[in-house]
Amino acid sequence: MAATSSPSATARSTRGGVEVRLEDLRRRYAGVTALDGLSLTLAPGELVALLGPSGCGKTTALRLVAGLEEADGGRVTIGGADVTRRPANKRDVGMVFQAYSLFPHMTAWENVAFGLQMRKVRPADRRRRAMETLELVGLQGFANRYAHQLSGGQQQRVALARALAIQPKVLLLDEPLSALDAKVRARLRDEIRRVQLEVGITALFVTHDQEEALAIADRVGVMRSGRLEQLGPPTTIYARPATPFVAEFVGLTNRLSGLVRDGSVEVRGTRLPLVQPDAPDGPAVALVRPEAVTLSRDGEAASGPLVGIVIATAFLGALSRVTVDLGDVTVLAQLPTSEAGAHAAGTRVRLALRPDPVLISRED
Amino acid sequence: MNRARRIRLQLFRGVTFVIMGAFFLVPIAGMFEFSTRGRGLNAPRTLEAWTSIVTYPDLVAAIVASLELALITSVGMLLLLVPTMIWVRLRLPELARTIEFICLLPLTIPAIVLVAGLVPIYKWIAINLVDSILTLAFAYLVLVLPYAYRTLYAGLSAIDVKTLSEAARSLGAGWPAVMWRIIVPNMSVALLNACLLSVAVVLGEYTIANLLNYVNVQVAIQLLGRANAGVSIAVAVASLLFAFLLLVVLSFVGRPRARVARAEG
Ligand SMILES: Nc1ncnc2c1ncn2[C@@H]1O[C@H](COP(=O)(O)OP(=O)(O)OP(=O)(O)O)[C@@H](O)[C@H]1O
Ligand SMILES: [Mg+2]
Repeated sequence: MAATSSPSATARSTRGGVEVRLEDLRRRYAGVTALDGLSLTLAPGELVALLGPSGCGKTTALRLVAGLEEADGGRVTIGGADVTRRPANKRDVGMVFQAYSLFPHMTAWENVAFGLQMRKVRPADRRRRAMETLELVGLQGFANRYAHQLSGGQQQRVALARALAIQPKVLLLDEPLSALDAKVRARLRDEIRRVQLEVGITALFVTHDQEEALAIADRVGVMRSGRLEQLGPPTTIYARPATPFVAEFVGLTNRLSGLVRDGSVEVRGTRLPLVQPDAPDGPAVALVRPEAVTLSRDGEAASGPLVGIVIATAFLGALSRVTVDLGDVTVLAQLPTSEAGAHAAGTRVRLALRPDPVLISRED
Repeated sequence: MNRARRIRLQLFRGVTFVIMGAFFLVPIAGMFEFSTRGRGLNAPRTLEAWTSIVTYPDLVAAIVASLELALITSVGMLLLLVPTMIWVRLRLPELARTIEFICLLPLTIPAIVLVAGLVPIYKWIAINLVDSILTLAFAYLVLVLPYAYRTLYAGLSAIDVKTLSEAARSLGAGWPAVMWRIIVPNMSVALLNACLLSVAVVLGEYTIANLLNYVNVQVAIQLLGRANAGVSIAVAVASLLFAFLLLVVLSFVGRPRARVARAEG
């Protein structure tokens, strides 16, 4: 390659990413167990999204990796080195916070250069590298702005550049998009992914937004009460959730009561195979995805367990979500908008359940 | 109707301002008038009292001592409070109430009571260590705590100390760097305000110095008042004007800074 110092070349030349391991991490706060034996290994250059409801310990996990919080038990290794007892400022970890983390008294480039200054990089090199990193996040024109002169999205880009400028071994992001409005959020999400791939850095991305997690990550880890419930590629998490909790947290789910018998569940007259066929017989709640529900006009107005009345239609662009009242329960169906048009509110429809393997839940 | 109300409000404001201004300025003007009188009934005005301030070595010494005390107290206050308050905010939030209580305590204790407690300590210090007026700085440090605490607290609350320091630490900054490069620059206005208030308190202090038998500027003014009223009043006016100047400075630096954007192309 030519010796031109294109920003991406400089940033990329630094590494290919290192492995990061979280081993059996435990952390309690006065009476609350925030982490209850969390184990997770990030492959070099991989982006893992930690997803979960509020209070499940996502931030705590991130802070333990960053060294901003001490573990009660377990280990963190970065690139093979045990950093569990190392203070935050010696860990070589880049961190992007939710919002308002830029130093208010410094311009954008000074913010980016701060970490280099702490590493005793010469002033001239500092400035050059800060500028290059700002260019990487598309903010070369804003180097001399203060935080209060930047939009929320621009501030987060600067924060990303600041975290990357020190060429850390890991990039940690704690809901970096949650303070932004929807449009900016989607764009910046893709931008973060582009930069992460370009730099090749191992990254841990915390979010409670399932769409965000599925869109950005190589693998998604769904957390619940301080531990991992399921870890896998986005498609697996979505299509084959391992537990009812994951199924309900990732995407919408219909809860339909049924009866388990001989490895399948009978729901309102329809037999559906089970994800785990060895489930014991008995009553259970089947979790059925809206996209597994299809609708047809019920001309003869015959009644049956799967005949109901459309009570609402939500247009989501190419897809629409139709709510059908079956009398004792309402069911969501997701179908192409072109088909949904035929089922106006008030019409009688017959539902069909596609025989995809379903999860069952025995809790109420 | 609305307009009439606004005019009335304006009027009220104007009148209040004039009355308050008169309340402060008339005595000062009167003192200034007195300090520039010549000897004899029809003697012309003279600045003799003012120019002769420097000819009273005790007075000059007291002024110098008070200025030194103001400086020592301010520095001591900053060294004591700033790291403590930042640390409490970051690491020991459960101690915040206790610290606040302790810092505000001097406000509720009359100076005379404070002195009653301080006398034995100062006696001991004077006998065993040094007998210098500068030891008053300890007492004054206690005295300025409430004002300094409140001011610094407001300054700290205006910034997100936790996030900023965590960001700095993850970028490789140790605690001293976090303190000096990140937090202090972002609360410089509060620091300055706390210093100015401390200086004003120290320069105006009379009771403690007098009861502990030290001659600071206020005590000197009072002593001199018996011998030469003109000079003593001149010094009093000068110290009032100085305090006034400090407060003006304070109210200006206290305004939110309109940061100058170094515009780019
Ligand atoms: N400093 C703290 N002191 C006491 N409890 C804490 C502290 N930090 C976190 N917790 C508790 O630990 C649990 C996990 O918190 P954590 O911040 O990791 O959740 P989270 O998954 O990031 O949630 P959110 O999506 O709301 O950010 C919560 O029950 C929380 O109340
Ligand atoms: Mg969180």
